[in-house]
Amino acid sequence: LPLGKAPSSFFLSSQAKMSRPVQAQRLEGVDKNLWVEYVKLAATYAKVNLGQGFPDFPPPDFLKEAFTRVVRGEDHTVHQYTRAFGHPPLVKMLAQLYGKLLGQDLDPMSNVMVTVGAYQALFCCIQAFVDKGDEVVIIEPFFDCYEPMVRMAGGTPVFIPLRPKAPKDGKLMSSADWQLDPAELASKFSERTKALVLNSPNNPLGKVYSRAELELIADLCMKHDALCISDEVYEWLIYDGRENVRIATLPGMWDRTVTIGSAGKTFNVTGWKVGWTVGPNQLLQHVRTMHQNSVYHCATPTQEVVAQGFQRELEHYGKPDSYFIQLPRELQQKRDQLIQSLVAVGMKPVVPEGTYFLVADISEFKSEVPDVPNSDKPYDSRFANWMLKNKGLAAIPLSTFYCEAHKNNYSNFIRFCFAKEDATLKAAEDILQKWKLEKAGP
Amino acid sequence: MLSAPRSFCCLGIRTYRLRTDLLSRSIKSSASGTMAFRRKNARRTEGLDSNVWVEFTKVAADPSIVNLGQGLPDICPPSYVKEELANAAAVDRLNQYTRGFGHPSLVKALSQVYERVCGRKIDPLTDILVTVGGYGSLFSAIQALVEEGDEVIMIEPFYDCYEPMVKMAGGKPVFIPLRNKNGGSSASSADWVLDPAELASKFNSKTKAIILNTPHNPIGKVFTREELQVIADLCIKHDTLCISDEVYEWLVYKGNKHIKIATLPGMWERTITIGSAGKTYSVTGWKLGWSIGPQNLIKHLQVIHQNTLYTCSTPLQEALAQAFWIDYKRMDDPDCYFHSLPRELESKRDRMAQLLREVGLKPVIPEGGYFMIVDVSMLNVDLSDVDKNQPYDYKFVRWMISSKKLSAIPLSAFCGPETKGQFEKYIRFCFIKKDSTLDAAEVILKNWKKQTA
Repeated sequence: LPLGKAPSSFFLSSQAKMSRPVQAQRLEGVDKNLWVEYVKLAATYAKVNLGQGFPDFPPPDFLKEAFTRVVRGEDHTVHQYTRAFGHPPLVKMLAQLYGKLLGQDLDPMSNVMVTVGAYQALFCCIQAFVDKGDEVVIIEPFFDCYEPMVRMAGGTPVFIPLRPKAPKDGKLMSSADWQLDPAELASKFSERTKALVLNSPNNPLGKVYSRAELELIADLCMKHDALCISDEVYEWLIYDGRENVRIATLPGMWDRTVTIGSAGKTFNVTGWKVGWTVGPNQLLQHVRTMHQNSVYHCATPTQEVVAQGFQRELEHYGKPDSYFIQLPRELQQKRDQLIQSLVAVGMKPVVPEGTYFLVADISEFKSEVPDVPNSDKPYDSRFANWMLKNKGLAAIPLSTFYCEAHKNNYSNFIRFCFAKEDATLKAAEDILQKWKLEKAGP
Repeated sequence: MLSAPRSFCCLGIRTYRLRTDLLSRSIKSSASGTMAFRRKNARRTEGLDSNVWVEFTKVAADPSIVNLGQGLPDICPPSYVKEELANAAAVDRLNQYTRGFGHPSLVKALSQVYERVCGRKIDPLTDILVTVGGYGSLFSAIQALVEEGDEVIMIEPFYDCYEPMVKMAGGKPVFIPLRNKNGGSSASSADWVLDPAELASKFNSKTKAIILNTPHNPIGKVFTREELQVIADLCIKHDTLCISDEVYEWLVYKGNKHIKIATLPGMWERTITIGSAGKTYSVTGWKLGWSIGPQNLIKHLQVIHQNTLYTCSTPLQEALAQAFWIDYKRMDDPDCYFHSLPRELESKRDRMAQLLREVGLKPVIPEGGYFMIVDVSMLNVDLSDVDKNQPYDYKFVRWMISSKKLSAIPLSAFCGPETKGQFEKYIRFCFIKKDSTLDAAEVILKNWKKQTA
């Protein structure tokens, strides 16, 4: 027994300690993550993995060469700490590029901050602004981390779905056909609304919001004095010559928008984990506070190489050999190839306007995996699991991108990633073709 | 507006038109009263925006200043470490996402190295989390385990991020200073000790954790087994966690041994041990660290990690794994970098100490780490007419930077509010510097001596 303490008080205090969980309350409800499960399953069963969103073809040569040069170079300061809010050569390039894109005069030191991937940018933005009692509007389907990040910050997510409109006769649905209902959207805003998280181009649908749609969102943000956290990581992956409008360029929005970008998606190097935030100093100052009290510095070598990558791109801007032009051109072909394969077997793909994802309606295949009423798993999840284990083809159920309460609302879709080598897409096509023949029977 | 099917080609013209269009629209909208975002930033960010580094790392950019301030090695990392990064970058797959909680080959290598060091089985998948530097591990551990109502003990002087991180998690920092047991001047980091009774008085039913840092930044103290046992006993008695920041674990000088508090009886189940690639391999810019501990604690850090940045850099992790394999195989060999680096640094430590003595200073010789503190009050530099609100060491360092072109870090940056007075006569020098940097420091210090003579 401890000296000098009455036995009962010692017992009571240690009882109190033991009855409380060791972990902080902020972890409540955010511990599950479906990707951990998907990655494990895919590793075991997938012959062709069109599931998780990363390319299986190489980054551009100019970037790989730059990496080797930087790592082996004479200047070994590249292996030591750099400026915490962003390596100077990189923030200068980002300020130059985004200054052009957003029509603003940007100071690299105060209008740009580098993060560990766009993921950490989202974290810093949400933590910087969301408090207990704050509401954050999230548009479904959404990149799944938005919800737990808002909850972990003590905020309340308020969901609004994109609703699919039936396409014109005989045509395939487009991601443009998934739209917000203006009255419904307005009803989601209140005096407690701190922010709206926008993702355009959208993962998983591939939707690229039109100017009119962005104006709708912008008007509500301004009316309710809400912040816009704009996840634009797929900004260069736009197809069919569509225009990409950035919400920060709309009148009144620069002052209330933080725009997020990603080297991983821009240059096909998801494993480098280099992202950034761009916005007014008045907002970024708080994002910086979060960053300096969480990771502080980002890795130097990868920032240096990304800076060199941007330098090359700024020199080639608008020219045919610009990677920002070549990559979407290449991906558009892959998109079209996958669409063809899916249509041929009876899946109904939704043609994405952007990103390297598309979703496909698998209703025609329901006989393979019968509906089970009162199942704890949404239909698309059971379907995707079955397809993976029986056909070796990995895709992600769309319900992954909905909140718990809405997981059964759109459960006939699965998401495919088409940022894959032609051989991979061909192998997927072969699996689908074989499946179709099996379904047709003898 | 120019309608551009190919939005890139005409960017120049389009931007111009976009700007004028925006300008006219913004004039209209400010007339209609759209205002800037007026809502508050989150409470957790309040009061945590400034830190000592903002001012003193700017110094690093000025080439005319000999920078012995920030803990930034200017020595070259081992060549095989750089080579492994070049090798990793050449593999396409290694430029894409890897496992969130840590790249498989790296957690495997870490488990092997640390099994050897700790003498116990470490599961690479459940007992290890790879983070963005030791800093990221501190953040993940504190966010996972500390909340409103929790007290966290930290030993002064402390690495400055501990305090804001605990506050940001809603916790209350409780300070206890290391005290110079010799009173007067101190010759060694071993002189600085905790008073056991004072330490015991800091623990109560609200104490969630104690943050330990050994080898210690800034003093360089290497806690002995007996000292660790005192801390361990209190942790066990009060059912408290221990967050053990051991980033300088290999940098221990002759006559000293680094002991992991997690290896003491009853401590593995309540300790998170933090390590750093930056300090292990002299690559602070790689920003890779790790937390090692029992599954029932690490799993909570993993939850934080999956909701903050999800994965760390793949090529850097792969390169680090390969470097660890190289050194793991020769862990008993003096050529192993874990042993050769402290040997190299020990001679730099001794040189630095000698230079400081020549100016009439008495440096506190560190038993570990790559920092050295020194009491500058004996130089009697009168700064009483300069900003009275600033602690003496801040004023001294600023004066030293501008008049001597030599930088260091003021020690009061590493203290809680009550103790700043005790430590404001000390400044911290970093000696993980190449010979030419130490030569330049020598010139400054020799001239300084001449001037004061």
